[in-house]
Amino acid sequence: MHATPVVNDFSIHVATANGSGSQTANSVLMRSIFQMGVPVSGKNLFPSNIAGLPTWFTIRASRKGYIGRKKEIDLLIAMNPETAREDVMALDAGAAVVYDEPLALAGLRDDLVFYAVPFDKLVTGVCPEPKLRKLVRNMIYTGVAAQLLGIDIDEVRKALVKQFGERKKKAAEMNWQAVLAGQSYASENLPKADPLKVERMDANHGRLIIDGNTAAALGCVFAGATVLTWYPITPSSSLAEAMIDFLGRLRQDPETGKATYAVVQAEDELAAAGMVLGAGWAGARAMTCTSGPGISLMSEFLGLGYFAEIPGVFIDVQRVGPSTGLPTRTMQGDTLTNAIVSHGDTRHPLYFPSNPEECFSMASEAFNLAEKFQTPVFVNLDLDLGMNNWMSDPFEYPELPVDRGKVLSTEDLERLGGFSRYQDVDGDGVAYRTLPGTPHDKAGYFTRGTGHDEHARYSEKADDWIANMDRLSRKFESIRGAIPAPEVRFHPGARVGVVCCGTSRYAMEEACDQLREELGLETSSLRLKAYPFTASLDEFIKAHDRVYVIDQNRDAQLLALMKLDLDPVLLLSLRSVRYYGGLPLDARTVSDEIARQEGIR
Amino acid sequence: MSTPTAPAKKTNRLGFDILPYRGGKTTLCAGCGHNAVTERLVEACWELGVEPWRVAKISGIGCSSKTPAYFLGQSHGFNSVHGRAPAVATGALLANHELRCVLISGDGDTASIGLGQYMHTLRRNPAMLYLIENNGVYGLTKGQFSATSDLGAKSKGGAVNAFTPIDCCLAAIEYGATFVARSFSGDKKQLAALLRAALSHDGLAVVDVISPCVAFNDHEGSTKSYSYMKDHEEPLHEIDFIPFFNDIEVEIEEGATREVSLHDGSRILLHKLEHDYDPSSRLNAVTRLHQASDGDEVLTGLLYLDRSRPSFTRTLNMVDRPLATLPESVTRPSREALERINEEYR
Repeated sequence: MHATPVVNDFSIHVATANGSGSQTANSVLMRSIFQMGVPVSGKNLFPSNIAGLPTWFTIRASRKGYIGRKKEIDLLIAMNPETAREDVMALDAGAAVVYDEPLALAGLRDDLVFYAVPFDKLVTGVCPEPKLRKLVRNMIYTGVAAQLLGIDIDEVRKALVKQFGERKKKAAEMNWQAVLAGQSYASENLPKADPLKVERMDANHGRLIIDGNTAAALGCVFAGATVLTWYPITPSSSLAEAMIDFLGRLRQDPETGKATYAVVQAEDELAAAGMVLGAGWAGARAMTCTSGPGISLMSEFLGLGYFAEIPGVFIDVQRVGPSTGLPTRTMQGDTLTNAIVSHGDTRHPLYFPSNPEECFSMASEAFNLAEKFQTPVFVNLDLDLGMNNWMSDPFEYPELPVDRGKVLSTEDLERLGGFSRYQDVDGDGVAYRTLPGTPHDKAGYFTRGTGHDEHARYSEKADDWIANMDRLSRKFESIRGAIPAPEVRFHPGARVGVVCCGTSRYAMEEACDQLREELGLETSSLRLKAYPFTASLDEFIKAHDRVYVIDQNRDAQLLALMKLDLDPVLLLSLRSVRYYGGLPLDARTVSDEIARQEGIR
Repeated sequence: MSTPTAPAKKTNRLGFDILPYRGGKTTLCAGCGHNAVTERLVEACWELGVEPWRVAKISGIGCSSKTPAYFLGQSHGFNSVHGRAPAVATGALLANHELRCVLISGDGDTASIGLGQYMHTLRRNPAMLYLIENNGVYGLTKGQFSATSDLGAKSKGGAVNAFTPIDCCLAAIEYGATFVARSFSGDKKQLAALLRAALSHDGLAVVDVISPCVAFNDHEGSTKSYSYMKDHEEPLHEIDFIPFFNDIEVEIEEGATREVSLHDGSRILLHKLEHDYDPSSRLNAVTRLHQASDGDEVLTGLLYLDRSRPSFTRTLNMVDRPLATLPESVTRPSREALERINEEYR
C-alpha cells in the first residue's frame, strides 16, 4: 500500500470493444462517483463503427473540479485483447491496471500495479444463461473498481437503478449481481496496492448529468422552436432525436393532442436548410442541427439567409474532417467557416457554449437573436460537448420573453399605410418585415438574393447594392450589443493572457493553474461566449503583453477570425496554441505549449 | 342625353378586378412561352377568387423562376436558390399551412440541379401548385441542353443531345404527386382549365407545361418548339373546370364525359376525344405516357389524379392554427415541466 493516498484526483481509462455493452457499466461507474459528491467527467472515445472496433471511456474524478480530459491515465481497465498490450505500454509508471485474467498482462511491466480478474468465470456464476453473459460481463469491472477505489456500494446500486429505470427491473437485478460479484472478488482476492481513492464530498448538490446535445435540444424546445428540419449526421443526430422526444412530451395541444411543431427528416442538408429558410421567412421559429459536412452543403442557403434577411438557428455539433474523416472525434472545425460561410460578403453570429447549461441557454437565446436581427445564427457545439455526459447545474427557465422581432401586422400596415422591407427606420440596420399570409394588400414584398432597393424592388444599381451592404454591416454592429459578454478572469499584474471559446475552457482553466502552481507564471483568461467580438476582447489584449489563443484545429481558426476583425495593432501580441488530434483537449497540452513559447520550460 | 360613364370593371367573387392579380412587367423575351403561362396563371387566380395575400410565390433560378415577379404583385414572393425552391416552399407551408403556395420552376431547375428535391417533394405531397415551365434548354446561360431535352434533339448550335430525357410527369406519377398534368403554353383553353384545377387541389399538383424558348430552342430539330408542339401535341381530352362557388348544372353525356370532383367541391369535366381516359389509374397513365413518347407524341391533359392521399402538412398532425402565429403561451412549456426534466437528470 502506498504511503500517501491520492484522493478524488485520478482518471480511469476503460478499454473495450465497440458494441460490447460497456457504455452502461461506464455510466454507472461515473454516476457512482458523481453521487459520492465528487466532481467527475466521462468521455467516450469511440470509433466510427457499430461493433467490434476498439473503444475507450475515460472517467475523471477531480476534487478541484477539473473536468477536462486528463492526459495521464491512473487506472486502466483492460478488457479488449486487441489493444491491451498497447494500452499497458502507454501508461505512466505507477499506474494501476485491472485486466481480464487470460490476457496475462502482468508480465509486461514491473512499474505498474496489476489486478487480474477472471471475468468469464465470474460472469458464469452471475448469469446462467450464456446468451446474456456478454451484456453483464462488463458490469463486473464496475464492482471491482468500486471496491478498489472505496466507492460506497449503495451509490453503485442507486446509479444502476437510475440507469435502468423503473421498467427494466430484471436487467437491473442481473447487473447488480455482476457488480456484487466483482466487488466480492476484489475484496477477497485483490489486496489494494495503488493509492487511488474516492472519498465523499459535497460538490454536486442539485447537479444533473446530461449531454450537451440533449441540453441544446431542451433549450430549443423551451425557446418555442416550431420547425425542426434535419438530416442524420454524427455527432448531431442525437440532438434532433432528443428534441423529437421532448417535443412529443411537451408540445402537444392538451385538448386535441395535436402538435404545436413540425419535424421533417429531410433528404439532405440542402433541403433541411431550405426548409429552415422557407419556414423562417413565413414566420416559424425554425432550426436545424448538423455537423461540418452538413454546413458545407448548407452554405448557399446560409448566404441567401444573410442577404434575404431570414431568421434561422443552425446548431453545428463540430467533428473532424469531411467525408469519412473521423466523424466520431471532436474538433472546433468550423469556427472560421461558420462566421463567414457562403459567397459574397457574409457574416454570421456564433454562440460558443461550453457546458450543458450554456447549450440550453444559448440555443434558446439564439432564436431571439435570429428573429430580432432577421439572420441565420449558429450555435457551435462540438462532439465532446454534444455527445459526452457532463455535470450540469439545473437548467433555469428562460427569463426573456420570446421576441419575434420587427414583424408588422395587418393593424400596423393599416396604421402606417404600407412599409418598405429594407428601410432602416430605426437606425439599427434592422428593417421591418411582414409574413406571408398577412391579410393586407400592402403586406406582400418580393424576396430575392439579388440586388434590391430599400422598397424590395429589383435593382442592380451600384448605389443600391452598396447602401444595402452598409445597412447589413450596421445590423452586424447592432448584434455586438445583443450577445453574451466573454467570461474574463483578470489576474492582477499578469503579463500573459489566454483566450479560448467553447470546450477549450476546461483545458485553459486547468492549464492556467498548472502554469501558476508548477512554474509560477500568472495568467489572465478570457472565454468568448459569442461572435462578433466585443470591446472587452480588445481591452483584454491591450492589458497583456502576450495573449495565447487556444484552438482545437490545425489552422488556428479562432485566431484567424480575430486577425480578420481586430485592429492590426492588437495582433502583434497574439500567439497560438493548437491541438487537432481528435480527442478532447487536455490541460497539459496547453500548459506545455505556453511554457515552451514563454521559454520557461 | 346621359353623361357617358366608364364601363363597370369585371370583378371576381371577392369583388376584385384583375389588377391585384397582375405583377411587374415581364423582362423575358417577346414570344417566350413563359409569358403566356404567366397570363394564364393571373387569369386562373382571378377567376378562382384566390386571396392575393394568402399566396406565397416561390421559385428557384432561371427564366421561369423570374416570373413570380410578373404576377400577383400583392403577394409575397421568394426567388430562392437554383433547384431548391421545393424545400423553401415546404418550409413555408410548415410555418403556415394556410398559405396557397405557387412554386414556379423550369426544366433545369427541377430535372437537373433540383432533381433530388423534386423527387422527395413528390414523396411528401405538400399542397401546392408545382408549375414546371419546360423548354428543354437553359435560357439565362444561353442554350445548353437541360435534362428534359429529348434524345436526338438538336441545339441551336447544331449539337445533338445524346442522353435520354427525364420525364417530370412520369416521375411525379411514380413517386407520389396526387395531381399530374402536362400542357402546352400555346394551348390556352387547356392550360387555363388545368391551372384552375391544380390550384384547387389539396395536395401536390405538378403541371409540366411545354413552353418554347424563342431565343434558344425554337428551331428546326428542336422537340420543344412551337411548330413541333403544334404537330405533335396529343390531348387526352377536352377539359372544363367548374369552381366550387359556381353552381351551374351541367349535362353529362354518358360515355363521353367524365366528371371528377376535388376536395373543395370544384369539378373537372373531361370530355372524351379519341379514347376514353381514366386519370385515376396510375398504371394506365404511365403506359399512355410511354406509348406517346415512343410515337413521338406529346401527351397533354390531366394525366393522373389521386384524391385519397392526405397532403404533407396533414400527415404531420399539426394544430389547426398556423405554427407561425402560435403565442409563447403555447410554444414555451411551463416552469414545472422544466423542473420535472431537471429532476429526471439528477
